[in-house]
Amino acid sequence: MEFSSRERQKLWRLAGDRRDQYPHSLQFYLEPPTESISLVEFESFAVDRLKLLKVVENLGVSYVRGTDVYKTKLAGELRKLKFPYRALAEDDYEARRKDHISHFILRLAYCQSEDLRRWFLQQEMDLFRYRFNELTGGLMQKFLEHVNLSFEAIGEDLKNELANELSASTPGFSLPKVKEQMFYKVGLADAVDLFRARRVYIKDGFAYVPFKEIDVIVLNNYRTKLSKALALTARSLPSIQSDERLQPLLNHLSHSYVGPDYSVQKNTGKISLDQIDALSVKSFPLCMRQLHRALRDSHHLRHGGRMQYGLFLKGIGLTLEQALEFWKKEFIRGKVDADKFDKGYAYSIRHSYGKEGKRTDYTPYSCMKIIMSNPPSQGDYHGVKCTNTVIVRCPFRHSDPELLKQKLQSYKISPSGITQVLELVKGMHYQLACQKYFELTHDVDDIGFSLNHPNQYFTESQKLLSGGRELKKEFNNSGSFQQKNNSQESINSSSTPTSSNAKTDTELEELEAYFTED
Amino acid sequence: PCTARPSRVPAVVKNYFQLREFSFTLRDDVYLRFQSFSSPQELERELQKINPYKIDIGAVYSHRPNQHNTVHLGAFQPQEKELVFDIDMTDYDDVRTCCSSADICSKCWTLMTIAIRIIDRALVEDLGVRHRLWVYSGRRGVHCWVCDDAVRKWSPALRAAAVEYLSLVKGGADTVKKVTLSHPVHPFIRRSVDVVEKYFEEYALLGQDILGSPEKWDKVLALIPEDILPSRSCSKKDSVQRWELLRARVERSRPGGRAAAQGPCYADWEVMLQFCFPRLDINVSKGLGHLLKSPFSVHPKTGGWGVWGVWGSPAPTPAPVHSPNPPDYKKTSLAPYVKVFEQFVEGMECARRGEKIRQSDLQGDF
Repeated sequence: MEFSSRERQKLWRLAGDRRDQYPHSLQFYLEPPTESISLVEFESFAVDRLKLLKVVENLGVSYVRGTDVYKTKLAGELRKLKFPYRALAEDDYEARRKDHISHFILRLAYCQSEDLRRWFLQQEMDLFRYRFNELTGGLMQKFLEHVNLSFEAIGEDLKNELANELSASTPGFSLPKVKEQMFYKVGLADAVDLFRARRVYIKDGFAYVPFKEIDVIVLNNYRTKLSKALALTARSLPSIQSDERLQPLLNHLSHSYVGPDYSVQKNTGKISLDQIDALSVKSFPLCMRQLHRALRDSHHLRHGGRMQYGLFLKGIGLTLEQALEFWKKEFIRGKVDADKFDKGYAYSIRHSYGKEGKRTDYTPYSCMKIIMSNPPSQGDYHGVKCTNTVIVRCPFRHSDPELLKQKLQSYKISPSGITQVLELVKGMHYQLACQKYFELTHDVDDIGFSLNHPNQYFTESQKLLSGGRELKKEFNNSGSFQQKNNSQESINSSSTPTSSNAKTDTELEELEAYFTED
Repeated sequence: PCTARPSRVPAVVKNYFQLREFSFTLRDDVYLRFQSFSSPQELERELQKINPYKIDIGAVYSHRPNQHNTVHLGAFQPQEKELVFDIDMTDYDDVRTCCSSADICSKCWTLMTIAIRIIDRALVEDLGVRHRLWVYSGRRGVHCWVCDDAVRKWSPALRAAAVEYLSLVKGGADTVKKVTLSHPVHPFIRRSVDVVEKYFEEYALLGQDILGSPEKWDKVLALIPEDILPSRSCSKKDSVQRWELLRARVERSRPGGRAAAQGPCYADWEVMLQFCFPRLDINVSKGLGHLLKSPFSVHPKTGGWGVWGVWGSPAPTPAPVHSPNPPDYKKTSLAPYVKVFEQFVEGMECARRGEKIRQSDLQGDF
């Protein structure tokens, strides 16, 4: 294609403009994006960043930050999700643009409460710290200049004058080391921790900080800015929430589960009722195992438990007819008469299969939803048998740790395994605790996936037990936000079923055979 | 130097005075917080009317403090306040023998002098402070008010950090050794030791006689590491000589006299600091909402005036009796103190005017 020189110049300028817009692989997110963006992109960017931040969170728990394995895994994830993953000096425009926009979208969702803000801030800081430390010295300098962090490096003359003081003030800095490293003059407010601990030279209201401590300072700066920005965003939220296109999305982002929703099942009817007892021991996550046990023991579950367990069963493939039979049998044993069942409970079950009322096909609850629901109320089951009503949410979240320990002991989990689980519970890493439970009950070292959904647990377990486990998990995500009580079309209307939980007929046959051998 | 220009330029943020919190303590310990006034004259009238025992000064808030109940919850916030320090003699009870609790005498008052010199040096040289006022608290200690513009806006975290920077004595009643130094010694510590040196012999060895008896000698030895410890039975006659002995032993051990892992011994400095280094109350300094007794108020229990300590001198004598026609203060013993205060304020106004003029010049306003 031939361009006139004027056109060529224009193209250069455009390309230059693009480069100018995102001159670095990371940023402080000071300016919100001003371009227009499609709703599809809005949603997919947000979902991808949320996935990224959850990975950041998990990696931070499983590995020591800054170690090679941590860095490698995080880099891999960044690459996979198409975020900037290398401190490139050159054009990485699309990734940087995505980074920019997705950050601001998530701010909208995560500014809404103290807890959400804290979580978002923590993950964003960890992400920033990783990316900042990946910068080379030269790029770091340029970046600091770019964000106007007015840290002047002190000149050689001044440094020589102060050399003894600097060496006496800065731990680990002998005189020779002082001579070779850069020192920066930083305002006291920017170097609070070093100032407080007297680990730097302080003179005339400034701290003299060596290059290697600069990342702490930059991070503090970032944290302060982001914290303020989140508070500000929260104040302007009402006007954003009034936008009908965004409101459902934003509401869901902070509670969202970003994986397959298990609403469309290809394996319906492949599980028979008499397999459930065995399956509950082998392949159910702890919450469902306990709910099943509770149902068998008390012949009843309260509404919340019925929803949680019932939808899960739907997700693993129980048909409506099977479900009705299953629940009816159990409830009748609990002295609910058949008539009452048909009039009341049956309606509710049909409702949850989308055959009544609004005809919305309810989706099985994700871990996030279960963990974050209200804690069980009076009369609910905490691992102690109550005479009539039983309900369990997430046992790692809602059970008393002592009772949880006893339960795990009764399931013959090893003491060291139990300790590991309880440690994770103590650190409030409930899904990781469940992952550990998976590893212990399936006798594997590494669960191999990131657990977000009870049905995912089941699917993976089945896969593992049938020997058909793939090495690499690829979830095909529609990324759509299925809303429970919303008859509106969901934003991304392609509700494609996921490939991962679709089972081939042969696999299921093998599975049935496996279980009937017991 | 102050230029003689008319002060057309406003001195402070609009409404500054109206947003300042005062609190009054009345007879019978009735306590009134969140008082605020439209003008200094109104404050004066109120003072004369209700005659409080004690006046405290708080922060400058986002709204008038006396209307804080009408403000939406969370919107009423302190905006700025002077950075203040409170040094209280009772915090030194474990290291002074002449007095205890609220008593002070000319012997232990030296501790205040040392504290003021150490902290003031650090404020000026290390923290870059220019405007600070030291005030006798009226009873048993001193307050420092730091009024620099930038410092008034410091966050609680930064204020707390400043206190920690200025702290060396750690531990409560059950801690024997309260100061431990490691190598290399930060310049702040070294310069503080230099100050203590100037007073140590007269205050600690002669005045407090900290090595004057076996019991006292033991207390000090408890702070020295075992390998440097001299024998308990000492032929020296008095504190001064004993200290010389101890000092010499420690200094001798410093260059390479101990295993590399232990590092040089600074036990002599540690002793000096434990007996003399200032002890600050972090809670007074940290919060923007914290109220501190106003300079010039009479302490309810001692009748002593809160005026700045004249270096080295003991507490001023009790105040003149309050009368309906108070004498012109210029004719009372308060006069010199008021003059110092006026000079302090003048200094700040000058600096502020100079800054505003500089700024308006930059903008081309004439």
